[in-house]
Amino acid sequence: MNMIAAIMKRELAGYFATPLACVFIVIFLFLSGIFTFYIGGFYERGQADLVPFFRFHPWLYLFLMPAIAMRLWAEERKSGTIELLMTLPVSTVQAVIGKFLAAWLFSGAALAMTFPMWLTVNYLGAPDNSVVLAGYIGSFLMAGGFLAIGSCISALTSSQVIAFVVTVVICFLFILSGFPLVLDFFHGWAPAMLIEAIAALSFLTHFDAIQKGVIDLRDFVYFAVLIAFWLYATVLAVDAGKAG
Amino acid sequence: MPDPSTKPAIEVKALDKHFGSIHAVRGLSFSVNYGEVLGFLGPNGAGKSTTMKMISGFLQPCAGTVIVNGHDVGAAPVEVKRNMGYLPEGAPCYGEMTVAGFLGFIAEVRGLTGTERRQRVEEIVNKIHLQSVLQQGIDGLSKGFRRRVGMAQAILHDPDVLIMDEPTDGLDPNQKYEVRRLIRDMARDKAIIISTHVLEEVDALCSRAIIIAAGRKVFDGSPAELRACAEDKDIDTAFRELTSKTEQAQGAARPT
Repeated sequence: MNMIAAIMKRELAGYFATPLACVFIVIFLFLSGIFTFYIGGFYERGQADLVPFFRFHPWLYLFLMPAIAMRLWAEERKSGTIELLMTLPVSTVQAVIGKFLAAWLFSGAALAMTFPMWLTVNYLGAPDNSVVLAGYIGSFLMAGGFLAIGSCISALTSSQVIAFVVTVVICFLFILSGFPLVLDFFHGWAPAMLIEAIAALSFLTHFDAIQKGVIDLRDFVYFAVLIAFWLYATVLAVDAGKAG
Repeated sequence: MPDPSTKPAIEVKALDKHFGSIHAVRGLSFSVNYGEVLGFLGPNGAGKSTTMKMISGFLQPCAGTVIVNGHDVGAAPVEVKRNMGYLPEGAPCYGEMTVAGFLGFIAEVRGLTGTERRQRVEEIVNKIHLQSVLQQGIDGLSKGFRRRVGMAQAILHDPDVLIMDEPTDGLDPNQKYEVRRLIRDMARDKAIIISTHVLEEVDALCSRAIIIAAGRKVFDGSPAELRACAEDKDIDTAFRELTSKTEQAQGAARPT
């Protein structure tokens, strides 16, 4: 546990040692504001809730989360510090979890900084704050899913650009898999169970459910399994690097 | 400190490593005892770094075993790493961190806490003369300082086994002298492997030398024995003669 904490702290400090943290947080707050007020029609809807705010999170995360995750392992490979890290008395699992938690906490901090949105909606009306809280939890869980995918892809390459692009594509598939565009491709030849399974893989299906304030254990399990799966894949990817 | 009279500190048995079609290390076996400084020599691409990476547990061998302090690197990597200091080639460090921050992180991962951590970091900083750059970012340091930060990282926890890949590469003569003195000071109760291209270092530092060429061991003995291999008793000539034969044979055998 101490090892995980040590690695997490170092990684987190790494975000703030470069302009990356500032740039990321500013862009995240700026874009989420634009989406909420202009595209989401926060005022025009005349409803005291944060639906227009959360609705665009999957699309915001699609580009912003891979940007956080891309450096996790690719940078270590590029600079050679992975050799240092992996010869410290730290297991691969500890290193993978520590780094992932740093990225997740960082995204959580950025998300927490959107609290003026919550203040605004409470000032303007009387929203159901439990639904707002559910929205935040759902958004945070979804960010974890994106980051776990990004962590794995980052471990497979020493190029941060490749890590970013591939992660965006995979995350895009995970968002899209609930859309007719993808499902129609399987209709007609694939068994109904498979189609349902693909639809159930989508981030959107589960995020929408939580965001509406419906706290269903299955949605939590979905994100937990998704994160665990991709982190396990990260461990395999890092260890595969050891085999040369 | 482990009892020097017992088993060797590092035992390498029939180590083998392929990278695709390249056979980097071929059936390499040797051992290092406590109190020994082993000089690891060989032309570029001979498999020195690859072997050191396998001993440190960073790379997995295709065949063979490495036993450090009685622990198998493959089976109990964390135990081995706990008692080993490793300076990778080029001394990579987290460039965005300050020297103090970096050493603090290493100390934390090495399980040092409280007063012990402070004392240990202070001791190493004084020993390696890092006081003047303690609050500077590692990226902004000169090559010599960066190499010294790498050294500090490797010996911070006072390991019994120390593996350093070209510790004096790129240093000026004064710094080289310092690093050699440091290694000599530590040599008494540790098992140390250093790789180097500077053959005079073998005389100055090492109690034993191993030369590998094309992944095979071609010499294992004291610096004096190495000298004796050449007619003119010159260590450079001995190195050239020992390695060029193997490399030529290798070149002839390689499919075109």
